[in-house]
Amino acid sequence: MGVGAFFTSKLDDAIGWARKFSIFQYPFVTACCGMEYMATACSHYDVDRFGAGLPRFSPRQADVLFVVGTISHKMAPVLKRVYDQMCEPKWVVAFGVCTCTGGFYNNYATVQGIDTIIPVDVYIPGCPPRPESVIDGLMKLQEKIATGTQRF
Amino acid sequence: MDGDAILARLRERLGARVLHTHAQGGDHTAVLTREAVPEALAICRDTADLRFDLLVDITAVDYLRFPGREDGPRFEVVYHLYSVPHNHRVRLKTQVEEDDAVVPTATGLWPIANWLEREVWDMFGIRFAGHPDLRRLLMYEEFVGHPLRKDYPIDRRQPLIGPKV
Repeated sequence: MGVGAFFTSKLDDAIGWARKFSIFQYPFVTACCGMEYMATACSHYDVDRFGAGLPRFSPRQADVLFVVGTISHKMAPVLKRVYDQMCEPKWVVAFGVCTCTGGFYNNYATVQGIDTIIPVDVYIPGCPPRPESVIDGLMKLQEKIATGTQRF
Repeated sequence: MDGDAILARLRERLGARVLHTHAQGGDHTAVLTREAVPEALAICRDTADLRFDLLVDITAVDYLRFPGREDGPRFEVVYHLYSVPHNHRVRLKTQVEEDDAVVPTATGLWPIANWLEREVWDMFGIRFAGHPDLRRLLMYEEFVGHPLRKDYPIDRRQPLIGPKV
């Protein structure tokens, strides 16, 4: 192993470690899952422990897009635009069954899973998911952020 | 004014254009010919002892393949009226065929009829003659069909629309 390769792999680890603890989220909250999202964000469960305590309400400042709640066909272009406006590196979390698969809304109005519109990194199922599952999903996302190839 | 008196008043003013009336579970309803709808609504709003000043809802029912109504008109448009000063309610209905699904508008009487009629057009494909701006209200422009019609397939997928540029 050359000197450069050693430094690059360790630098990746360092950046991954830093990035996994600075998850600035954009909460795209459209439905009832938002309540569980708020419960997770508040002091009982305290997502600030994972460095995800500061939601940004501008996609330009966000690293992770939290899609929380049912997405209708009418809303789909808005979600796509918000995703496109986010800067790299970026990740997407599908929060709740509606965003994962459409949930029990098999009808004319509902998008059958947001992965038909944008790429998704972590799926958190549940209707709505318990804060414990959200934190589990968040930790899986941290793992993914930390172990992936870091581009900078 | 109780419901039976309201229906009697409508029959007296409109005569044979009131096709029939009924009161099921306290819901007093008059079924009218389509041409009588604007006049009936105006009578309901403006007569002093009726004074239905609030148009609660306009909606429709699709009776396609409905048991017992297979050969009747397909759609029924329903007006729900409420009087704030008198605290009484009435329902007016009119029936339209599928190939002639047009009803006179009520936008001149109640401004809220504008959106309610747009919703009925969006969901059932019933037109309102004289409506100033009959566009879809809930669905997007690219949507094809009218989703609350009984022959709209429940699992039909419409193509996704992209961001507007």
